[in-house]
Amino acid sequence: MSRPVAESKTREVKVFLAPALVNLFPGSELQTEVKASTVGGLIDELDSRWPGMRDRLCDKSTRIRRHINIFVDGKRATVETPVDGSNTVYILTAISGG
Amino acid sequence: MAKVNLLLGTKKGTFLLESSAERREWQIRGPFCEAWPINHVVADETTQTIYCGGGNEWFGPAVWKSRDLGETWTHSSEGLKYGDDQEPVKSVWSIAIDSNRIFAGVEPAGLFQSTDQGQSWQHIESLTNHPTRSQWRPGGGGLILHSIVLHPEDQSQIWIAISAAGVFYSGDNGRSWEPRNIGTRADFMPDGQNYPEFGQCVHSLVMAPDNPDLLYQQNHCGMYRSDDGGKQWKSIEEGLPSSFGFPAAAHPRDPATLYLIPLNGDIAGRYVPDGKAAVWRTKDHGQSWEALREGLPQRNVFFGVLRQALATDTLEPVGVYFGTNTGALYSSVDEGTHWSLIAEHLPPIYSVETFVAGS
Repeated sequence: MSRPVAESKTREVKVFLAPALVNLFPGSELQTEVKASTVGGLIDELDSRWPGMRDRLCDKSTRIRRHINIFVDGKRATVETPVDGSNTVYILTAISGG
Repeated sequence: MAKVNLLLGTKKGTFLLESSAERREWQIRGPFCEAWPINHVVADETTQTIYCGGGNEWFGPAVWKSRDLGETWTHSSEGLKYGDDQEPVKSVWSIAIDSNRIFAGVEPAGLFQSTDQGQSWQHIESLTNHPTRSQWRPGGGGLILHSIVLHPEDQSQIWIAISAAGVFYSGDNGRSWEPRNIGTRADFMPDGQNYPEFGQCVHSLVMAPDNPDLLYQQNHCGMYRSDDGGKQWKSIEEGLPSSFGFPAAAHPRDPATLYLIPLNGDIAGRYVPDGKAAVWRTKDHGQSWEALREGLPQRNVFFGVLRQALATDTLEPVGVYFGTNTGALYSSVDEGTHWSLIAEHLPPIYSVETFVAGS
């Protein structure tokens, strides 16, 4: 049964961060929750908590790095992808190798 | 008691080596910087702060910093970016420090400056906006700004080198730039176009001590000296086994002495000539050269030495160090006459720098 839309918009998005990313930011955690309506807003929120994290995830203001994958409920996302409290977001390092 | 530190940038992180002034026993630590590829590591001797420039395929470019000789590290790339309409910065290739500024050269070629100890960076747009920019072409290592030479007394004067755009000079603190490549060859251009105004494949650029007008340049196509701050270059490759190589290192006190490691050729394998390792030294501004081989392997040697992987220290007698692209590190504590292997099985070594603490 799906949750009411109004409820999901007020709840925080569950976010899982790649271990290699957590290693770069002392105090960050593998799992966190943020309030955001898009992936871009989610990255902004992460950057405000751990300054510099946006630069590690995006190579332009509107583009996720080539070897970083962000999934929203299992589907690859862009910074424009909408999110709400019903979603689970994974920020992962791509395999980038043979 | 002086401690000598060797700072290595490698394909898999920064490594730090420390020794007493005798330079016989070395303690090695690393890899630091999360084993990112690190192209250049330098130290601000005044603050004993180490800066590492590099870039990671996943997380992009950054300058890493340690204020406690490697115990703890931070990283930043705040401002280390081009506009959204340009190719993103991929990696930091070179770092230079003076009394209140840190410069970072990056790939694709550009220059950034920090005035807050590497916490944030400002793009020096005048270089990227240079009218020749659209004609810069990448060398084998990419379109990289790999050499930054600062005037020791006059902060308005800066030389940079880009592979393959050549040497550029600013006399107004980076507000404007002019190519300084007259006399250097571009053998890869058609006949009649071998001495262009810019576009040469400079491999490294160094300044002699106590004479800011005296510059040396190892180029893809020859070895050169300038006696006038790069306005004119003269070939000094006669007597060398090859006109091709990457690094050059100046003596800390004698402007006539320079060290090189020529390689066998650009499309011949890029290893030491005849499979025999040698550092080549001039003591007369490049008029003559001698091979320094004692202690270096002389059979079946196929390593190369990259553009920032040869360095001198400031002690007496001078220590000379080089790291290979096969992860070996050699040193001489008598100005290059005798050599010893001090580390091996490291990752490919991209850069070697030194600093002496407590001297």
